[in-house]
Amino acid sequence: MPRRTDLEKILLIGSGPIVIGQACEFDYSGTQACKALREEGFQVVLVNSNPATIMTDPEMAHRTYVEPLTPEFVAKVIARERPDAMLPTVGGQTGLNLAVALSEDGTLERYGVELIGATLPAIKTAEDRNLFGAAMARIGLEMPLGFYAGGPAEALEGMRQRRMQFPLILRPSFTLGGTGGSIAYNPDELEAAIKWGLQQSPMGQVLVEESVIGWKEFELEVMRDLKDNVVIVCSIENVDPMGVHTGDSITVAPAQTLTDKEYQLMRDAALAIIREIGVETGGSNIQFAVNPRDGRMVVIEMNPRVSRSSALASKATGFPIAKIAAKLAVGYTLDELRNDITRETPACFEPAIDYCVVKFPRWAFEKFPEADQTLTTQMKSVGEVMAIGRTFKEALQKAVRSLEQDRWGLTLDRPPADLETLRQKVRVPTPERCFAIAEAYRQGLTTEEIAELSAVDPWFLENVREIVELEPRIRAAGLADARVLRRAKQMGFADCRIAELTGTTEPEVRAARLAAGIRATFKMVDTCAAEFVAYTPYLYSTYEDEDEAPPTPRPKVVILGSGPNRIGQGIEFDYACVHAAFALKEIGVEAIMVNCNPETVSTDYDTSDRLYFEPLTFEDVMNIVERERPRGVIVQFGGQTPLKLVVALQAAGVPILGTPSDAIDRAEDRRRFAQLLEGLHLAQAPGDTARSFEEAARIATTIGYPVLVRPSYVLGGRAMQIVYDEEDLRGYMREAVRVSPEHPILVDKFLEDAIEIDVDAIADGERVVVGGVMEHVEKAGIHSGDSACALPPYSLGDDQIQRIMAQTRALARELGVIGLLNIQFAIKNETIFVLEVNPRASRTVPFVSKAIGVPLAKLATKVMLGARLADLGFGEEREVSHIAIKEAVFPFVKFPGVDAVLGPEMKSTGEVMGIDRDFRKAYVKSQLSAHSPLPTSGTVFISVKNRDKRAVLGIAKRLSEMGFSLVATTGTAKLLSLQGMTVETIHKVAEGYRPNIVDLMKRGEIALVFNTPEDGRARKDSSVIRRTAITQSIPYYTTVDGAQAAIGGIEALLKGEISVQSLQEYHAAP
Amino acid sequence: MTQALLALADGRVFRGEPCGATGEAPGEVVFNTAMTGYQEIMTDPSYRGQLVCMTYPLIGNYGINPEDMESSRPWLSGFIVKEACPYPSSWRGRTSLDAYMKEHGIVGIQGIDTRALTRHLRDQGAQAGIISSVEGDAARLVERVRAVPSLVGRDLVREVTAEAAYGWAEGTWDLRRGYTEPAAARFRVVAFDAGIKRNILRRLASLGCALQVLPAGTPAEAILEMKPHGIFLSNGPGDPEPVEYLIRTVRALAGRVPIFGICLGHQILGLALGGTTYKLKFGHHGANHPVKNLLTGGVEITSQNHGFAVDPGSLERVGVEPTHVSLNDGTCEGMRHRELPVFSVQYHPEASPGPHDADYLFQAFIALMEGEKGG
Repeated sequence: MPRRTDLEKILLIGSGPIVIGQACEFDYSGTQACKALREEGFQVVLVNSNPATIMTDPEMAHRTYVEPLTPEFVAKVIARERPDAMLPTVGGQTGLNLAVALSEDGTLERYGVELIGATLPAIKTAEDRNLFGAAMARIGLEMPLGFYAGGPAEALEGMRQRRMQFPLILRPSFTLGGTGGSIAYNPDELEAAIKWGLQQSPMGQVLVEESVIGWKEFELEVMRDLKDNVVIVCSIENVDPMGVHTGDSITVAPAQTLTDKEYQLMRDAALAIIREIGVETGGSNIQFAVNPRDGRMVVIEMNPRVSRSSALASKATGFPIAKIAAKLAVGYTLDELRNDITRETPACFEPAIDYCVVKFPRWAFEKFPEADQTLTTQMKSVGEVMAIGRTFKEALQKAVRSLEQDRWGLTLDRPPADLETLRQKVRVPTPERCFAIAEAYRQGLTTEEIAELSAVDPWFLENVREIVELEPRIRAAGLADARVLRRAKQMGFADCRIAELTGTTEPEVRAARLAAGIRATFKMVDTCAAEFVAYTPYLYSTYEDEDEAPPTPRPKVVILGSGPNRIGQGIEFDYACVHAAFALKEIGVEAIMVNCNPETVSTDYDTSDRLYFEPLTFEDVMNIVERERPRGVIVQFGGQTPLKLVVALQAAGVPILGTPSDAIDRAEDRRRFAQLLEGLHLAQAPGDTARSFEEAARIATTIGYPVLVRPSYVLGGRAMQIVYDEEDLRGYMREAVRVSPEHPILVDKFLEDAIEIDVDAIADGERVVVGGVMEHVEKAGIHSGDSACALPPYSLGDDQIQRIMAQTRALARELGVIGLLNIQFAIKNETIFVLEVNPRASRTVPFVSKAIGVPLAKLATKVMLGARLADLGFGEEREVSHIAIKEAVFPFVKFPGVDAVLGPEMKSTGEVMGIDRDFRKAYVKSQLSAHSPLPTSGTVFISVKNRDKRAVLGIAKRLSEMGFSLVATTGTAKLLSLQGMTVETIHKVAEGYRPNIVDLMKRGEIALVFNTPEDGRARKDSSVIRRTAITQSIPYYTTVDGAQAAIGGIEALLKGEISVQSLQEYHAAP
Repeated sequence: MTQALLALADGRVFRGEPCGATGEAPGEVVFNTAMTGYQEIMTDPSYRGQLVCMTYPLIGNYGINPEDMESSRPWLSGFIVKEACPYPSSWRGRTSLDAYMKEHGIVGIQGIDTRALTRHLRDQGAQAGIISSVEGDAARLVERVRAVPSLVGRDLVREVTAEAAYGWAEGTWDLRRGYTEPAAARFRVVAFDAGIKRNILRRLASLGCALQVLPAGTPAEAILEMKPHGIFLSNGPGDPEPVEYLIRTVRALAGRVPIFGICLGHQILGLALGGTTYKLKFGHHGANHPVKNLLTGGVEITSQNHGFAVDPGSLERVGVEPTHVSLNDGTCEGMRHRELPVFSVQYHPEASPGPHDADYLFQAFIALMEGEKGG
């Protein structure tokens, strides 16, 4: 069946902001889908609130709506665009939930929009556990026993009826990334878990399920077309057994420990499931658990859409699941589509792999020290890496160094001295377990014992044992024995790890092995295990005989990617790298991408001319650079990851493109930075570098508290804090950082109540053009990545903006910037202070690019290769008549017990953009998109710190006038009453009387919370309020500025209609 | 760490480590892209005379179990892997790959760049080779490879066929129960054993066939005396052309009793009906081959293992039409006679290893016998 001709315009739904459980894999799949549908001549309309995505680039779709992903707003887009069909299966759970909502409220029917990719009954059968269970029963497949409960009593009763035993798995329905899921080992835990789950479930139901903890976990990626052809793209086996969310598990592809008989049973089951659920076209992900003792197989769940695992499967096999899914959705069948990689063979086949793929999750617990690091059924990781090797051992060790955690082998940072603690670390799944297992072997535990403790399959354990057992041989042999060295490299040992073991240095190891002729060879990921010739150079390194993809004679540039997503370095940097590749292709330079993040667009083999799926370490990058001999390497787009390598790369004679790397040092080194600003007569908050506590205390006393303290060379505000007195400072230096002469900390005067400004600019050596000046909604002190900001500024005068731009130009010229530059300013009492200069792509580059309609990263790439801005059509600043607001999205809901307050350390995982011609409307959109819809009626709880009491009066007054009731704690209430406002007093939690404010919130009597926490240590008192707001999904604001913007938004909502408009329209020439 | 060598006829030599039995093994070097099912592959008699390179690098992970045997012993001449797993992990496994190979005298090599070998075979074609864990001199080994006879023109069926007729009473494998009881017998079926895989017999037995498995040399008259409802032509090793006795027998039987052929059986049938066969450059060996069913338009993912193919053009004039075609290279994957109750496929509907997509062909055989019985 060829392409359908009855469809012209197709609506695609993106997945919105990056959150735990739903990350840039959906930009990868959405981008593929956009490209595939355009290629087929369809009009593509896209809705996605996340500006940091490639899919929202204006050239990806015909109409790009950066609007809230709510049924109301998508309905507005539908009413305006009248698409023929909607493809919801590439937008994650968000896409599916919207499809369900818009089907059920009749919108799709009203406008004649057909759901393609998955029908409503299919989505519902897959998502509703009762319907799914019934479907599995019909095709004779087993599931773990389970039932839905609406409360703890019901759960206990259901358990008794079914004779189920503890432990039990609890999962709220319709949530993503296992939000609200947990494990209960006794009735008390069950009660707590049910209550927690109920708060998370939009349906008010929790699934209570028989535990299959300790069973082996597998996933199959399945594709089906309208002619009922079904293929399995990839099998994935989890190293961590059932009980750990698959997003938090180390996984391997293909499955390693299933006999063909068992694998085929699983394959048969997958085919039967996709048919029974009725996913007519596209990809699905099906999870199975297998009892290691007798092979009993149960179905865990199915996702009738592309997923994180399908992105991984695509990268692991070279089979572009989302692209093919999009084409199947518009009528093609699998046999009609070609395999891009082999060209000759069809897409209707099952990839054969001749390597081993390991995915390793990346957690961000350093950002949330209070959070429980135990891994359970609720996903906690924020990113992942993938590594490819010819053996599991090689791939595992490559994955570990890809994580960029200064860990070069399977080592624990602090190996416990006693075996009991070590056993505990092997038994309890945490981010460290894999390393604890290696340590257990070092300390003499046996495979049987480790398997018993961890329930990890002995096959994986034995591989770890082999790695560990080579360590003493490497240690003994030193660098002299080429055979041992070769064996170590084949097992994936990093040069740095060999250096650790042999007491040498990385350059010595490198020199020794190169002298012995031990060098990396490169092989292709080709979907077919070399059975056919492959045409797309998608490469990985290994230590084998044959290198099969010699470099081309073309001029080329290497782009270093940003590695695994983490808080502070996420999709925004991948976005810039992708643009670099696009720009290079446009000017006929071969684009060579190096990255190890399987979720990204940058690691799509389509993005660059040549893709190296490799760790971003000096060793691995040099292996590539030495063979490719590029004209240069681009390091300014991938965030801190490539910047960390600059010094070593330069020392090795590798040409770095763009801004001279000394500029980075001038911007990062405290004293040189001060000299730079002095030379330009620019203001800087007073401060100095401290190499000990005493020094820090002296500096702080001199400049006066509060001070901002942070280690030098950080990204995402790691360990950055505002300190109010000496005791605070002592605590910070005891708990947060280890200060030393080698690792100094910076102590700066904290500019209270200053307005913070972010600027992104681009320079070509002659001209400096400012891309955007962004004014933060929150005052200085909140990390810029966590602060909402507006472009253009909404409260600054023209002269202030002009001065900021002039300072930006001066700094860019002085630093010799060629490419991108980001500067943070603060304005206090009319003085402009320069806070920070980053001569590289910043987190806000995609936001600014979307807001002004200029692809900054692309231009910067061309500039780095010698183009002039004027020739690129960006010779001067772009004026816009609309306003774009960026808002941050936080993962607090995933970390019970963590205080949800903002500060100088970045905590957000993602961002959204609200765009409108009116500031307040743009703000409303940004809030809706960030998942906290603003109420238009109800009761508002107000509790502010003393300093904010004056500001809160105006806020309260406006709220009263709009018809909201007010509730406040004693102090605030007294103040408001004095001003003649009607306000109810409510007890603080600490006062001990009931009902207190938290009771009211839990009863659903509070619609909105304004709570500005006390500074410093006192803030803990109010954390329970913020925590409750998160779990109850009550919008809350912790700054006066945020509150004021929110009220403006509510006013706009009350005044009525908020309309939608596409980026293409915003940016159309007037 | 001792050394093992693999030398190819064109002079290319791979150095690795030995696995399995010590010794020297000549054969045609082929690669198989299946990621699971090495035990079934090793015990498939169709690999007689071949050195099989597994493209998936980690082999032996789940060991060897007593159930997944496709015949009484491994038949391949030698085994080539990247990493032979010494610590198998499976509730079904009983012994390691290495121990099994030693037990049966199978010589192997591991630790070589199997992808480089695969690319070489893909580009240069399947060719003779020798694995040796006793010869240290590569040049001498290459000399010896040149003396290894080609598969073309050799009757390998004689080496693998049953010595005497036997019955079959084992059904399909089940996770809980292992091999099941066969279904109540409804059809008398004789199966020519040209190197038959047990799973074919199991599938037929599970569908109600009472089976007599016969040596490939059994004459047509003896078959007809048994009054079978259907005749099955099995898979088997090597070149079909020299298996003249079987071709003659099939020619005598075609049209008189329903016939179903698989793999070598398909080629024998093609030759018996007057067609021709030819050798493929490097053959089809794997579990992911897409085949289009020309009768339904659907695609099946199939298990394949053949180095020769039937030329469908040669059969047009004798009333045979192609029913299945390879989507990878367009070669003939199945055919049927327009009038006679005769059909065959080049691939392996019995899977083992591989997907079960083509299992319907066994039902089709049953239906054909039912039709003939009724009519």
